[in-house]
Amino acid sequence: MNMMSAHKQRLVMVGNGMAGMRTIEELLARAPHLYDITVFGAEPHPNYNRIMLSSVLAGEKEIDDIVINPRAWYEENKITLFTDEPVVTLDAEARTVTSASGRVTPYDKLILATGSKPLVPPIPGLDLPGVCTFRDIADVEQMISASVTHRRAVVIGGGLLGLEAAWGLKRRGMSVAVVHLMPTLMERQLDVTAGELLQRDLDQRGIAFFTNGQTEEIYGENRVEAVRLADGREIPADLVVMAIGIRPEISLAKQAGLDANRGIVVGDDMRTTDPHIYAVGECAEHRGKAFGLVAPLYDMAKVCADRLAGIEGNLFKTPELSTRLKITGIDVFSAGVLTASDESEDEVTYSDASAGIYKKLVIRDDRLVGAVLYGDVADGAWYFDLICTGAEISSFRPGMIFGRAAAEPGKKPGDAVASLPDSAQICGCNGVSKGAILSCIKDKKLRSLDEVRAHTKASASCGSCTPQVQQLLALATGGEVTEKIPSVCKCTKHTHEEVRAAIREQELKTMAAVRQACGWTTPDGCAKCRPALNYYLLCAWPGEYEDDYRSRFVNERVHANIQKDGTYSVVPRMWGGLTTSSELRAIADVVDKFQIPTVKVTGGQRIDLLGVKKQDLPDVWADLNRAGMVSGHAYAKGLRTVKTCVGSEWCRFGTQDSTGLGVKLEKMMWGAWTPHKVKLAVSGCPRNCAESSIKDIGVVCIEAGYDILVGGNGGIELRGTDKLAFVATEEEVLELAGAFLQLYREEARYLDRTAHWVERVGIDYVKKHIVEDTEKRQILHARFLHAQSFAQIDPWAERANGAEAHEFKPLATVA
Amino acid sequence: MSNWIKVGQLSDIPPLGSRVVATGSGPVAVFRAADDHVFALRDSCPHKKGPLSEGIVHGHQVTCPLHNWVIELETGDAVAPDRGKTACFAVKVEDGLVWLQRDEAA
Repeated sequence: MNMMSAHKQRLVMVGNGMAGMRTIEELLARAPHLYDITVFGAEPHPNYNRIMLSSVLAGEKEIDDIVINPRAWYEENKITLFTDEPVVTLDAEARTVTSASGRVTPYDKLILATGSKPLVPPIPGLDLPGVCTFRDIADVEQMISASVTHRRAVVIGGGLLGLEAAWGLKRRGMSVAVVHLMPTLMERQLDVTAGELLQRDLDQRGIAFFTNGQTEEIYGENRVEAVRLADGREIPADLVVMAIGIRPEISLAKQAGLDANRGIVVGDDMRTTDPHIYAVGECAEHRGKAFGLVAPLYDMAKVCADRLAGIEGNLFKTPELSTRLKITGIDVFSAGVLTASDESEDEVTYSDASAGIYKKLVIRDDRLVGAVLYGDVADGAWYFDLICTGAEISSFRPGMIFGRAAAEPGKKPGDAVASLPDSAQICGCNGVSKGAILSCIKDKKLRSLDEVRAHTKASASCGSCTPQVQQLLALATGGEVTEKIPSVCKCTKHTHEEVRAAIREQELKTMAAVRQACGWTTPDGCAKCRPALNYYLLCAWPGEYEDDYRSRFVNERVHANIQKDGTYSVVPRMWGGLTTSSELRAIADVVDKFQIPTVKVTGGQRIDLLGVKKQDLPDVWADLNRAGMVSGHAYAKGLRTVKTCVGSEWCRFGTQDSTGLGVKLEKMMWGAWTPHKVKLAVSGCPRNCAESSIKDIGVVCIEAGYDILVGGNGGIELRGTDKLAFVATEEEVLELAGAFLQLYREEARYLDRTAHWVERVGIDYVKKHIVEDTEKRQILHARFLHAQSFAQIDPWAERANGAEAHEFKPLATVA
Repeated sequence: MSNWIKVGQLSDIPPLGSRVVATGSGPVAVFRAADDHVFALRDSCPHKKGPLSEGIVHGHQVTCPLHNWVIELETGDAVAPDRGKTACFAVKVEDGLVWLQRDEAA
């Protein structure tokens, strides 16, 4: 460790992107103390995962989520990092680089990892505000901010990048048109049929397409206003994104006299024509080819790191490439050749247009040379491996278009991964092979997907290889991976179930007692366990345990929903979705009096008042209280809303009084605290206008009585309800619903929706306790009503009358 | 030179809770831990400016209500793996009264 830095060689890298930094990581793994390392990055950020910019744009990830190496990592590894500091001069004779700020840095070895620049066609209007490319964080930030203030976006380019940009902008609420020069989309990765299917699906998602479209001009006065095509078509636009392709950034190399064509010419050892200078990543050209996908760039990183560490032998080989599109819900895979080029090649196709599935395999000499998959990409990895290995396929050729299961019957799903060679690449985003994953699982004794992700980065980026990584985990651990029951939080080793049992059996009635009995390692818990314990105690000891407001999330503490600007929203209860003229008048008066900027009808048939200042909340509530309205608990892990249709009172199809039953359910359940939010619906006939089948508890009325449905969820993961029972009377509905809610309150983990809980315990378990066991049902129902006798107090009225006043006023004001 | 200003009584702040002092340069959150230590931070998470005063206090830390970053009350530093820092202010309790250092906060 005591090496003298004066004797170290100086390694300088121009570029702070994925390929370059992967080279440094690989080098550090081989020879951690060999070089003094300096990195120049043109962007103001540490190294991040450029592939995931699409996910940031689509709102699925934050920029912080895609940073690969934070600044601390550079410090820990003693790497000098200059960000926001592009290198402008390379003097290969003097062996120095000069940055834009004038910093001259000498090197012994230099890595050029300058990446690519977006390709921009020579058309007028590129300088207008509102025109950008899609390459870096600054571009994405510009696109996101435009999506807030403007409506219409045009993306020029219908390739991988352009479509991901279009989808992201669509997700952000813009109306989006894509202009593409060619007749079909992604023509370099997809054949005509798959390209057309893709266009059809994106069209249904509301993206407009202008194929065969050559952009002639972008125009506008002070900002872009429209795009004009060569055939005269004009498309109005407030934002234009240029995404027609990339070009290797070679200006520095050319300036220094290195050989460069499309990219910087490198040999199989990643060395440029200057023996002291290497090039890796998108800027490098190997045997006439430059690469834009990450897998080969990571291979380059390994070869380059070997050479820098003095390891000879390993050479870069042009790899087979496979492509996936990162658009949620659209599955596309392609590898190898797209169409048969002559009679020596056969095409095998399978197509089911209404199911949206299309597959094509290209075969030459009984070997697979290409695959295009649309809609069903489950066998992509298998086909890709057959292409890479050039395996002979005659024995299973007839069935192979239907996938591995049909081609090789008797194989289990995990067998595909099991039979891959150790060199097979599992994670394309991070370049992780099967062998690397297996040995890491073995060496580090990994037992969960999260652990594998943390240690190998496999499936940690786009996630599309998650099933394979899970299968490898099962394979390596002999299938012993059982779902590990999570502990409440990091403060304790005990599970939710163990803690709840201790509360009941040892009669623990304060949080401190629970923490002591269950071996908490922290004096007053954390933000994860405190709300959970507070709920468990409240549920176990109704009327005895005093709710701890300091252990509640802000919304439940102040009885309103905090918004992103720090204001709050207020939703008064409207029983079963019913309201009256006097309630509406009172709401209108409150809106005027407190100048509430937004009034919105919610999905649960309530009225949401948005943008209320915190200090106004008690006065707003007081006014609503005076008109007879109480808290709608729209902020609570508790009973939210009971949505109803009008039912037999008005509807000609209605079979029962669904509105009246909804009101009764809501009157019984309001104020209840539950592990997570709970939503109900009552529909008056099987047409199900109140959408009962995606609710925590749904009732569908029929002529003979009531179907009771449970465990539905319309959220991120759609889950339809399971049918719990059919009953003949309203009284039975109320008893079953109350018993169900109480069982959920007593047995689910905090933050489990009913959907998660029912999924875990199974609907048969629920039926056994509250349908088949009459006595248990009645006990649960009675316990629920007992708890409710303490819970049904309007929190707004309490606060309008001065309770918790400190919540709503500053401690002091300092001039 | 005395530039401490009195902002209230310790009992005005609930244990494991926080109150806000409005200042000319934005709100300052004054926290009271279970052991009655008092801390003052700019009421703004280094991540997305979430109001730390609305967070859950535990030990000498607070968890931001917006995205669950954990901030050290003593230093304003975000707890790893998150990175960032919120400005912190000198604060003291004497005879049950809470004092905030003025020129830093105002």
